[in-house]
Amino acid sequence: MSSLLGLTAHQLQGLLEKKELSCAELVKAHLAKIEESDGEIKAFTRVTREAALEQAQAMDAQRSRGEGLAPLAGIPMALSDNLCTKGIVTTCSSRMLENFRPPYNATVVEKLQEAAAVLLGKCNLDEFGLGDSTESSAFFPTRNPHDLQASAGGACGGAAAAVAAQEVVFALGSDAGGSVRQPAAFCGVIGLKPTYGLVSGYGLIAAGSSLDQVGCFTRDFTDGALVLESICGADVQDSNSVSSPHTDFTKHLVNDVKGLKIGLPKEYIEGVAPKVKTAYEQAVAKLEELGAVCEELSLPHTKYALPCYEIVLAAEASSNLARYDGVRYGLRVEAEDVESMYNKTRGQGFGEEAKKQILFGTYVLSAQQYQDYYLKALKVRTLIKQELEQALEKYDCLLTPTTPTVAFNLAGKGKNHHGRGGVQTHGLTCPASLAGLPAVSFPFGKAQGRPIGLQLIGRAFGEGMLLRVGYTLEQNTDLTQLSPAVKGER
Amino acid sequence: MGMTIEKVRSVADLARIELTAEEEQRITEALQAVLKQTEALKQVNTEQVEPTIYVRPLQNVFREDEVQEGLVMEEVLANAPETENGCFKVPRIL
Amino acid sequence: MATAYEAVIGLEVHVELKTNTKIFCSCTTEFGGDPNTHVCPGCLGFPGTLPVMNKKAVEYAVRAGLALNCAINPYSRFDRKNYFYPDLPTAYQISQYFHPICKEGYVEIELGGKKKKIRINRIHLEEDAGKLLHSGSSITSSQYSMADYNRASVPLIEIVSEPDMRSPEEARAYLEKLRAILEYTGVSDVKMEQGSLRCDANISLRPVGSTEFGTKTEIKNMNSFRSLQRALEYEIDRQQDVLEEGGTIIQETRGWDEEKGITSSMRSKEEATDYRYFPDPNLPPIVLDPAWIKTIKASLPELPDARKERLVKECGLSEYDAGIITSSRSLAEFFDRTVVLFNEPKTVANWMMGEYLRLLNAEGLEVSESKVTPEKLAALLKLQADGKISGKMAKVVFEELFNTGKEPETIVKEKGMVQISDTGALEEIVMKVLAANPQSVADYQAGKEKAIGFLVGQVMKETKGQANPGIVNQLLKKKLSE
Repeated sequence: MSSLLGLTAHQLQGLLEKKELSCAELVKAHLAKIEESDGEIKAFTRVTREAALEQAQAMDAQRSRGEGLAPLAGIPMALSDNLCTKGIVTTCSSRMLENFRPPYNATVVEKLQEAAAVLLGKCNLDEFGLGDSTESSAFFPTRNPHDLQASAGGACGGAAAAVAAQEVVFALGSDAGGSVRQPAAFCGVIGLKPTYGLVSGYGLIAAGSSLDQVGCFTRDFTDGALVLESICGADVQDSNSVSSPHTDFTKHLVNDVKGLKIGLPKEYIEGVAPKVKTAYEQAVAKLEELGAVCEELSLPHTKYALPCYEIVLAAEASSNLARYDGVRYGLRVEAEDVESMYNKTRGQGFGEEAKKQILFGTYVLSAQQYQDYYLKALKVRTLIKQELEQALEKYDCLLTPTTPTVAFNLAGKGKNHHGRGGVQTHGLTCPASLAGLPAVSFPFGKAQGRPIGLQLIGRAFGEGMLLRVGYTLEQNTDLTQLSPAVKGER
Repeated sequence: MGMTIEKVRSVADLARIELTAEEEQRITEALQAVLKQTEALKQVNTEQVEPTIYVRPLQNVFREDEVQEGLVMEEVLANAPETENGCFKVPRIL
Repeated sequence: MATAYEAVIGLEVHVELKTNTKIFCSCTTEFGGDPNTHVCPGCLGFPGTLPVMNKKAVEYAVRAGLALNCAINPYSRFDRKNYFYPDLPTAYQISQYFHPICKEGYVEIELGGKKKKIRINRIHLEEDAGKLLHSGSSITSSQYSMADYNRASVPLIEIVSEPDMRSPEEARAYLEKLRAILEYTGVSDVKMEQGSLRCDANISLRPVGSTEFGTKTEIKNMNSFRSLQRALEYEIDRQQDVLEEGGTIIQETRGWDEEKGITSSMRSKEEATDYRYFPDPNLPPIVLDPAWIKTIKASLPELPDARKERLVKECGLSEYDAGIITSSRSLAEFFDRTVVLFNEPKTVANWMMGEYLRLLNAEGLEVSESKVTPEKLAALLKLQADGKISGKMAKVVFEELFNTGKEPETIVKEKGMVQISDTGALEEIVMKVLAANPQSVADYQAGKEKAIGFLVGQVMKETKGQANPGIVNQLLKKKLSE
């Protein structure tokens, strides 16, 4: 049975089709794995055990009638708990929404239902997606399956850890500045953030509306292509969603990078840990060996990306999170009058990181600061975006480390990582978000037992190119496949 | 120009967030650090640069004027802290 | 010596657009309904929902802008106005702060025969808020309130005038003209009593001759044209008193109390709220195609001023009558359609200005709600023109028509109201009346021509009003001269 757990969706699909495996067996194996390891890892805020078993049985019945052969049919998966699920509590890892049952599904949830994937539960994240370690979750931090002392990363650390710990086959999360890619890097899985607008954001409880994009965690690039094909597409409920002509992602899974031009922006290597740098250089060497042309280039505005991102994210979050006022849903702390009710509800409902972000965002949008901070950040954003777009006219994609270091340690009970300066570990991932470009993080070896992640950044709607380069590396090295190492390392 | 406890109190008032004294202190310090980091942006010359508000060049994304069924009453109020006669009840408005 | 002051007034007018669906979601905009029955996750501000722009609302805003002589901005977009209030589901109102859809228009008003242009600064699109019901008689005396979001996210345009009005009468004339133009364009019901037309006023005083503005107050809660005028009159007196006593006007929002007939301060806190406006990334900008604007312009109906001019020039109506008839599109269309069927514009106008408007106003009805149709009015006028009924009868028939909607001919028959034009039958009665009134006969023959009026009256009385007065007159004159 345990041999089932390391498999990818496309491998499992083969077994299901050949009837060597039933959906029920597959789902039960993963539920058992969750039972076994999630007490320690804490990837899940809620496991939807009964519904999953029910669905698996229904799927088996369908299969016996020759139906339900969609690529993701019967595959166990999880959703970050900021994706709305109809009738299933969706908390955003916040006290504010501890009992919130949305009366609707996020569009991606609808799409995965159509694809007949089986939801096993909702995953922990930093409260409202604000953070990089899951330590701002109101419930608990998620541990890194590769090293329980380490953070799983954030914001969507729970979803990354669930895939890394083999509790599910794939998971969805959201990425505003690195919230899919950074935890994917920390947990040693693939984390794909598509082009802004490729996947509908309806039903994603976004912190930063102009940044957030639904992305996926998978075990290999083939699964990444399959999941992306299932969730992408224009949606009438999201004005920013578009239908791209390039959505046959599996076609791009070609083992060939000959003649491709890959840019190596030197600013992304500055200050990076030596072992991460070594892994990066190894990857470059491998790509060159396979016939790609790798070239160093300079993107001088990169260093402004993080402050720019922090301002934009906080500003948008301060407004997006204003609706939690104790009137229509969510927490209410009773008070004599409505103003005190607002103040107490929001004072007690949000954790300190969320409060900090809201207050910073309120500050940069205030009439006196708007020009100097918010508007300035939007202008710098233009420069960062232009710089990346220009580089990508010349290169097919860019290769960078995902994070400057491997996963950091969890700060310990009752503490968080404020001393580390907030979202600093998104410094290399946020430029692509500011530019709305697709990017993917993939594992490339380990350092001190913790995974190293590298990042590919592509042209708008150029996901296919990222999949091609990643797939080629995957086929030609064993560094992209990391075995989970929870057992025995306790 | 840095962040002060008074400014934190004033934005907390605007954002309707009650803070404890300890939180005021910690958040003031944290925001001082964040603001310091953002100082770097001042070095960037942004004259003649247009702000990026929308990351993709979309325009005129419209919907036709056709009515669709909304929620049923039960769903509307299911998550509400307090209701009366189909409405969301709120305490006294001053 | 007392300083003479002049008022400086600007209006901010909110108009609900008559679209089928809300501005950012597909819920119905229907007025009324049980609380929270016209809502979806979007207009309830549920987490994760996103706004999607209603094309019709954009079209209506452009239509209104063109009718109000505005320039249409080729680029407009939406911003968030952030503030907390229980009627605002997302705690921000989506509006157009930085780049409104229309700018720089005007409306021409006429007072005492004098024409004046009132400039419009801008028109922007935005969403309405929900409604609050209070447990007590007023908001502040209530222990609690209840939020109903049926109205939340109904499309609005806000029309902001320049401070060009100098008297409450001008403000009222501007608002009435605005209402008429918007009614013509069909973009709104423009009903003040249902809240589809709402008005706030900014007013300040300054010494006559001064070019600087004084400190203004903002007046809210005016629910009719009359209350707008009354509130401004009151506020002028109040501000004048303050200034004459050497005081200063406080910049504040004041509410109009219709019953007490006063304005009073609504917001004691004087710092302006910081709304933290910023562009809403969820809604891509509107970039209007000039060809579409042209199409919308071409579809505009004839507007009140043009229509009035036509009625004066082509139909020979007085300025006054033409002004009243064109003050609403439905009235003007009623006129035009009636004239097509009965080509005596002045007669039609007289009837509309007289009986028709009198009864409409008395019953508080709209033209569309009345049972009188142009066809029926024309039929009635024809009966009178053909001499089948007298003018007096026509009034009776009209009242019946107004109340029942029956065909005039049916009413005439039912009431047995046939006018006696038969000379033979009338001659007998005339002889009888002459015989019974020798004094009047003598007076007439002595040169008192007025005496004939009395005799006509007597004949009418004898015939219960059914005699054709023209023929009676002729007969009397003939007999008396014999």
